[in-house]
Formats: sequence, C-alpha cells, structure tokens
Amino acid sequence: MEVIAVIAPLIGAIAAGLFLEEKPAQFLTCALMVVAAFVSLLLFRDICFLGTAPHTITLFDWISSGSLHVSWSVKFDQLTAVMAVVINVVSCMVHIYSVGYMHHDEHKARFMSYLSLFTFAMLMLVTAGNFIQLFFGWEGVGLASYLLIGFWNHKESANAAAVKAFVMNRIGDWGLALGIFAIFMVFGTLDYDTVFAAAASKKDLMVTFLDHQFPALELIGFLLFIGAMGKSAQLGLHTWLPDAMEGPTPVSALIHAATMVTAGVFLVARMSPIYEYAPHAREFITFIGALTAFVAATIGMTQFDIKRVIAYSTMSQLGYMFFALGVSAYGAAVFHLFTHAFFKALLFLGAGSVIHAMSDEQDMNRMGGIWRLIPFTYAVMWIGSLALAGVPPFAGFFSKDTILESAFVAHTPFSMMAYWLGIVAAFMTAFYSWRLIFLTFHGAPRADEKVMAHVHESPPIMTVPLAVLALGAIGAGLFFSKFFVGEARGEFWGNAIFVLHDNDVLSRTEEGVTGIYKFLPTIVGAFGIALAYLFYIRARHLPAVMAGTFGRIHDFLYHKWYFDELYNIIGVIPTFFLGRALWKTGDGEVIDGLGPDGIAEVVSASAVKAHQVQSGYIYHYAFAMLIGVVAIVAGYLYFFRGVF
Amino acid sequence: MIKSFITPELMPAFPEISLAIAAMLILLFGISRKEEDYNSVSNLSMLALAAVFMTLCKFCTETATTFNGMFIADAFGAFMKALVVTGSFVSIMLAAKYVERQRIMRFEYPILILFATLGMMLMISANDLIALYMGLEMQSLPLYVLAAMQRDTVRSTEAGLKYFVLGALSSGMLLYGASLIYGYTGATGFDAISTALAGHPAGLGIIVGMVLLLSGLAFKISAVPFHMWTPDVYEGAPTSVTAFFAIAPKLAALALLTRTFMGPFGHLADQWRQVVVVISVASMVLGSVAAIGQNNIKRLLAYSSIGNMGYALVGLAAASPAGVQAIMIYAAIYMVMTIGAFAVVLMMKQKDRMVEQISDLSGLGDRQPLLALAMTIMMFSMAGIPPLAGFFGKLFIFQAAIGSGLYTLAVLGVLASVIGAYYYLRIIKVMYFETAGDDVIDKASDGRLNLLLGISSALIVLFIVFPGPLLTSAADAAQSLFK
Repeated sequence: MEVIAVIAPLIGAIAAGLFLEEKPAQFLTCALMVVAAFVSLLLFRDICFLGTAPHTITLFDWISSGSLHVSWSVKFDQLTAVMAVVINVVSCMVHIYSVGYMHHDEHKARFMSYLSLFTFAMLMLVTAGNFIQLFFGWEGVGLASYLLIGFWNHKESANAAAVKAFVMNRIGDWGLALGIFAIFMVFGTLDYDTVFAAAASKKDLMVTFLDHQFPALELIGFLLFIGAMGKSAQLGLHTWLPDAMEGPTPVSALIHAATMVTAGVFLVARMSPIYEYAPHAREFITFIGALTAFVAATIGMTQFDIKRVIAYSTMSQLGYMFFALGVSAYGAAVFHLFTHAFFKALLFLGAGSVIHAMSDEQDMNRMGGIWRLIPFTYAVMWIGSLALAGVPPFAGFFSKDTILESAFVAHTPFSMMAYWLGIVAAFMTAFYSWRLIFLTFHGAPRADEKVMAHVHESPPIMTVPLAVLALGAIGAGLFFSKFFVGEARGEFWGNAIFVLHDNDVLSRTEEGVTGIYKFLPTIVGAFGIALAYLFYIRARHLPAVMAGTFGRIHDFLYHKWYFDELYNIIGVIPTFFLGRALWKTGDGEVIDGLGPDGIAEVVSASAVKAHQVQSGYIYHYAFAMLIGVVAIVAGYLYFFRGVF
Repeated sequence: MIKSFITPELMPAFPEISLAIAAMLILLFGISRKEEDYNSVSNLSMLALAAVFMTLCKFCTETATTFNGMFIADAFGAFMKALVVTGSFVSIMLAAKYVERQRIMRFEYPILILFATLGMMLMISANDLIALYMGLEMQSLPLYVLAAMQRDTVRSTEAGLKYFVLGALSSGMLLYGASLIYGYTGATGFDAISTALAGHPAGLGIIVGMVLLLSGLAFKISAVPFHMWTPDVYEGAPTSVTAFFAIAPKLAALALLTRTFMGPFGHLADQWRQVVVVISVASMVLGSVAAIGQNNIKRLLAYSSIGNMGYALVGLAAASPAGVQAIMIYAAIYMVMTIGAFAVVLMMKQKDRMVEQISDLSGLGDRQPLLALAMTIMMFSMAGIPPLAGFFGKLFIFQAAIGSGLYTLAVLGVLASVIGAYYYLRIIKVMYFETAGDDVIDKASDGRLNLLLGISSALIVLFIVFPGPLLTSAADAAQSLFK
C-alpha cells in the first residue's frame, strides 16, 4: 500500500510523458492521483489514529561501497503520513483542476507528466529512510520545478525564472550536500535511524571546518538549514519564488505554495533529533524565519500582480513555520504546513480561476467589480483569506496562533523578536489579503469591455477541487489541532518528532500565554482587515497619499528591498563577465585556437604538404629512402652516442 | 656440419615443403591444360593453402630448428603463418570475379600468390640472415610480377616497375646491413649473433648494420620514410593484387621484423628502440595526415596501412612479451579489417565499371544499407572506436607501450589515431550524408565477396564477446620468442 502511494505518480508521469495522447494522459494521471490520495489517507488514518507501527519497507539496494550502504526504501511514520496526505491530496486536486485550466494549452500530456513526476519526487523526499534518497527527491523536485516554471518555454521571462529558480536552489543544495557529507563524516552512516539514535552521544563532539572548530551538530544543523533556506525561499535565497509565478497557476499552487517549498520545513522537522542538540542553529533558524515572515509581508502589501501577492504571503507563512521550528515547536510548524497547504493551494487555484475568468489578466489594477460575476470563486477566496489571516475558526487561526504562542512562551531574545515580528506580519497579512480581495472583486471594473463581457465562472472540473480545498481550509484546524499541537500530540506524533523536555514549549502554551497576548494575533488581524476596507473601499485616495508621503519607504518595499538588484550587482554581472571572458577568450581563442582549430589547421596544411611530396618520381622515392637511412643513423649517433 | 647436410630434419618445415611441392604441381597442371584454366588452378591453390593451414596446427606447440639452425618452427611462427596463409587464401577468393572482369585471368596469378606465400612462410621461420634474405626475395619477386599483372595498362606496369626498383634498393640496404653485422659478429645465425652481442655494449658497426637491416625490413612493411612506393603501387596495381599486398606480405614482414629484433638483437633493445620509436611515430603521423588529402580509396587505404604499421611498431618498441602479444593481436585484427575494406572496394562498380573514388560511395547508406553498414563497421574499427575489435588492437598496443614506460609514444599514438579518425569518419559521412547523383554503386553480384564481408564484420563486432581464443593463443605464441 505504501508503495502504491509512491509509485502511482511515477507510472502516470512515465505513461503520460512518453506514450499517451493528451486525453488518456489527463485521465490516467488524474485517476492514479486519486488512488494515491485515497491510499495515503488510509495510511494517515492507520498510522496516526489506529496505532499501526511506523515502518520502513526496503525496496532494493542502491549503493553498497565500502562502509556506505544506501537502499531505496519507503519509510512511513507519522510525519511522513502527514506529508503524504498533504502532497497527494493537494496534487490530486491540482491534477484535476489542471484539466480545466490548461484546456487551451497544446502540451497537456507533457504538463500532466511533469506534475506527476513532481509528485513522485516529492514523495521520494518525504518517504526517504536515508539522506541519499532524501537528496534524490530533493533534486527531483528541483528538476520538476524547473521544468514547470519554464513550461511556457516560448516566454523569455519564464525561461529566465526557471533558470533563476534552479540556480538559487543550487546554492541551497550546496549547503544540503555539505550537511550530508558532514553527517557521514560524524556518524559514518547515512541511515536516519542510526544517525538519530547516535545524535545525543555526539552533542559535545567538535569538528574542524574551514580551519575552525565547530560543535558537530551545530555545523550539521546550520548546513542543512542552508539547503532548507533555498528550497523554502527564506530570506537571502528567496528571490526565485516570486519569479517562479511565471509558471502556470496550478504549478504555483502545488509546488510553490503547498508542497515543494515546505520541504525545508519537513527537513528540519525530520532532523529534530539533531536540532534539539543544536541550540545555536535553532536560534539562527528563528532569526531568519522571523525576518522572512516580516520582510515578505511588507513586500506583499505593495505588489499588484495577484499571484505575486500570494507568493509573498507564502514566503511570509514559511517564515512563521521556520521560527516555530527554531523554538522547538516542530508540531506547530508541521501543523501550519498542513493547514497552509490547503488554504494556500485554495488561494492560488482561486486566483487561477480569476485569471482564467479575466482572459489571463494578472494585474490587479485591471480588475475590480467582478464579484457578482464569479460568486463561487469570490467565496472561496474569502475562505482562503480568512484562513490565511488567522480568523477563528478557520484553519490558519489554530496553527498560526500556536506558533506565535510557542514563540512567546520560549521567551528567549530571538523568540521574542520572532513573536513581535510575527504579530506585525499577521497585521500586514490581513491587510494585503483583503487588499487583494477588494482590488480584485470590488469597486468599479477597470478591465476593458471585451474582457468584462467574457468574464465567466470556471467549469465544474475547476470548481470541485476548489470546494474540496475550501473544506480543508475551513475544517483542518478545528478538527486536527488537538492531535498536531494539543493534548493528544504525544500519541499522534509518536517517535517521529523528538523534543527535549526543557524545550517543549507546546506543553506550556496553556498557562504561559495570558491576558492580552492570547488575543493579540486575532486583534491585529481584525485591524488589518479594517484598514484594508478603509483604504480600498471607503477612502480610495489614501493609498496614493500614503505612497506619496512615504515615497522612499514605498519604493523600497515596492522594489522588494532591492534584493534582485543587489544580487545582480554582486552575483549575476560578475558571473556573466567571468563566463564571457572564459568563453570568448579562454575557450574560443586560447583553447580552440591552440587546440582543435589550430591543430586542424596544421593537420590540413600538412596533408597538402604530404601530398606534394608524393611526386610519383622514383628517384624522389629512392632519395627519401637513402636520406632516411642516413638521417636515422646520423641522428642516432649524434643523440645517443655523442659522436661528432 | 656435414652430418646435418646428409640427413636434415624435414618435419619442422613440413608445411613449407608441402606448399612448395603443391605449388609446383599446380604449375605443371596449369601448363598442361590446353586452354587457360584459371578457375581450376585457383580452386586447387585455395585447396593447397587450406591443407597447409591444417598442417600448421601440428607445429604450434613446440619449438624445433632444422637445416643447420637456419630454420625455426615455433608457436610464434605458426601463429603468424596461419594469418599469412589465411590472408593468401582470402586474396585468391577475393580476386575471382575481379580478374575475370579485368581480363587478367591468367593461371599464373594464384600460383604466384602460392610462391609468395611460401616465401613469407620462410621469412617467418628464418633463423639466419641468409635464410632471412632468401625468404624475403622469394616473396618479393612474385609480388613484383603480380603488381605488373595487368601489363597492358600503364598504371599497373608503372606500379610493378617502381616496386621492383625500390625493392631492389631496399634489398641492397638490407644486405649491406647484414654484411656489416656478419663482419662485426662473425656469424649469420641468429643464435650465434645473439651470443656474440650479449654482455657488452654494441659497437658502431653493429649499430649501423642494425639500422640498415631495419630500413630494409621497414620498406617491406612500408614504414616512413621507406613508404613512398606504397600509395603509387596500391593505386596502380590491380585491386585484387593490392588487397593481397595489404593483407599478407605486411604481416610476414612484421613477423620477421619482430623475430629479428626480439631475437638476435634482443640484448640491444635499448639501442634500437629509439630508431623504432622514430619510425613508428613518423608512420603513425604521416599515415594519418596524408590520408586526409586523398580522394582515391586505394591510396587512402595505402596510407591507412602505413599508419597501421606505425601502431604495430609501437608494440615492437615496447620490446616485451606484452608488446609481441599486442603486435600479434593487432596483426590479426588488421588483417580482418583490411579484408573487409577491400571486399567493399572490390564491390565498387558503377554500370559494370570499376570505380575507386571516395565520392563514388555517396548515397550508399540509402541504396545499399547492408553494404554501407559493413563498411561503417570496418571504418569505425580502423578508427579505433569501441567496442569494435580495432579499438582493442590499439588498446593492447598502447598498454604494452605504457608497460614499458613509453608514455610519450603512447600519447603520440593516441593523438595520431584521433587525426586518423577524421578520414575514416569521412567515408562514413560520404556514405550516409551525401546524396548520390545518378551514379550509384551497383548491387553486389559476387557471393564470395558478400560472404567474406559478412564474416569479417561479424569477427570485428563479436571480438568483444569472444576475445579469449585470440588473446590466449597470441599470449602463448609470444612466450615462444622469450624462452
């Protein structure tokens, strides 16, 4: 059963990619995803609620070299089961939705194949029982992401975005790979179970890295987190995520909101036995996560592309998850990952529905006044936004509240910084969410008449997945919070997540958070909504006034804190310069000139010479023979006997 | 001395004696016929060669000398003779239709091949400078005649004459060298020379004699700078004769060269190695470079054989059992590739007229895919592309060179083979990527050519699967030179 959940998408990917026409490809991939989603729900029930023991199925050996033994395996424990549900359910909905959304595209089979390939790689990542398979899945999702961002490869910008995503992720992967090397160096194995069991015994071990002594586990934690930063678009390695919105919207929903970008969160949660002994690495995670949550929210307030707004909100929510991980509230982070998958996929697919209705328009400046025309989409966008803003009883309320309370209870300098930045970000989240709703659906229509005449509700094949995800966005928090972060979490997580007793902040949130702090997230959320209402419904001149008054700040935010420009100057331009120099001068002139081209010229010139010597006259030939003998004898005597 | 003249041991030379008797009987048979009976003579000759091949197997395990030590039969000789006899057999087979078409169906043709083969076998078994020279001339004289076989064309007679004059010059050098060696060692027998040279540094006279001897033999394998006859003779001689030139005598001369320099002059390996290296590098480079400018496929194959002999000399320069084994493997594979390539050349006719230009092959990939495929296999193999046999031939050669510390030589050899790949690949390019005009190669009508081409293609392709027999027999045979 476990194997079916993992293999089904692979079968779909291969069949759709290589053999099938578009209709059968769509049908087969969707059908296989339904099966996979169903199976993973059953597994989730068995393992998390019915008490089936976590287990690892070894499929076959992969590498066996010296002391390194790696096998392909499917490891199913509680954490994997949660991830498998998220991946397969959201992927299933996205597959079905894509049949409608990609209706006009010419390469449907290829698209479905990539989606299934992504799902398979993501499942390999979460079911890995060792670091090599994890890395395989990690790179596999990177590849699928690259292919899907650049799916519309006739668009220059899509290709650029795909390359950018690939390169930024490569920087993160460098950290991940070094982390894995470090694990092998310290533990001598790459098997999860063995590594985790030995983690406590290595907590005082020091290793030398770059000529400095570091605590081994801190170093490993830090390096692994660099990998997580790349994949999960944390501040510094985040610039690819907004650009990744060049891909088709279902891709954004599946990969760049619900699943792939949460791989970093999963990685850190999976490594909890290591991170528990790496307090400084966790402080760093808290710091980066909090900054990301804040910075992304500030940028999100100023953007006008509907998908970019949601992309920044994704980045911001990932920041929340990371600072939860940083304060050892692994359950809360995974819980937020779980609820976020539903409401963020919902928001993206809803945005896709809007884009679909508006004839592929993504600029919110050219929307407005369409809420009566597409009421269903309007409703699900409300549900998604309520969940995102953390309004009770929607899903986001439970998970985000828990994260903020955990940070508050941890009460270290970094966690308090995270708490306050998180509160501010929650306010901004509510603001930009309703800014999006008001700009998109309310006010006077700003699109031209042709587009407006064409606005229509999406077909059922797109709205049914929206409805399913909406159910998740409404109920996932209410129903599951007891298990993920509440009193039943001990039995729910089992041994999948390891927390030292002193660090167990989730057990202290009840008594630790009192008074105003208990309601602060909800209050600031309500303020955010009210402010958006004021700005975009009641007093529409205010945004322009604000932008004028705080011009510098607005520009700074609107240009995304100038990260792209900075990277361009310190990274891209020098690299291009170096690349051109090596290519044109180094390779073209020096290597080709002296090497292949030069030799080829010499050879063809000598061929002509050799041809001319062959005169056909017998006395030339005899002369050559005699001269040859004399030359050989003379040369021999000169060089080796020193005669003359 | 006297005693051995009275009762020489004849058994070690049994194959040669049988071939000599058979050749003379077939000659008598040919003369006795009222009309020219090429086909019967040809079939009888092939039969004789097949019979000799069978008798060779008897002598491949132990070493025996006879005729007062002038003649030696050993595993190395048996191996090389087997190759030579096979080559001659195939050459007669290849010639059948061609001589008919060119109106050179004279019954002397196969008989000349028989006598040349006898000469080659004597060369391979030579254990004395005089026996060496006798065998060499015995094979050369029929070859001169064969080259001029088509005596009513200028090209053929010119080829024969050039070959003869230059061959005489080379014989002169060889004899001069032999006499110097005799003068400085007082012996002509290989064993006696070996004893005389052991243990002290060689004098100048010996060195000069050795270089002259080497030059004479290098002429026979057409190594640079004694190669210049090769393209002209290959182009001028009738194609079936060219095929014979390329297949059999090269191998015999190579065997003689190997035996002479590993045997009596084995102690001086450090002295002659430099000379062999120079000749080898020059052959590899010239064979590769000069072939690029050729348009005639026979000339191209001439340069190809020059280059191939250069590679074989790399194995000689290694001067080790591994080197000798590599030479033998290389020789066997070279023979198979050459047979295949010449089978294709002999099939090249348009509208019933023989053609020789490389451009005539254009469009072959479309019109005759099987023929083009076989030629492609030969060319890839000659270019040394894995997994074909030609790759392994070069591999063993270079391994032997590296085993003897000749790194520079190995690197130069690899570079030369890269350059050489150009013209082999050009033929493939012409066959597959250039469209033909109206003139395309006719459908092959000679079943024997097809058979030979099929067998040689199969051997080249399957060598990687069954390398064992060739490798082990070559290894055993090589050991017999290092007793």
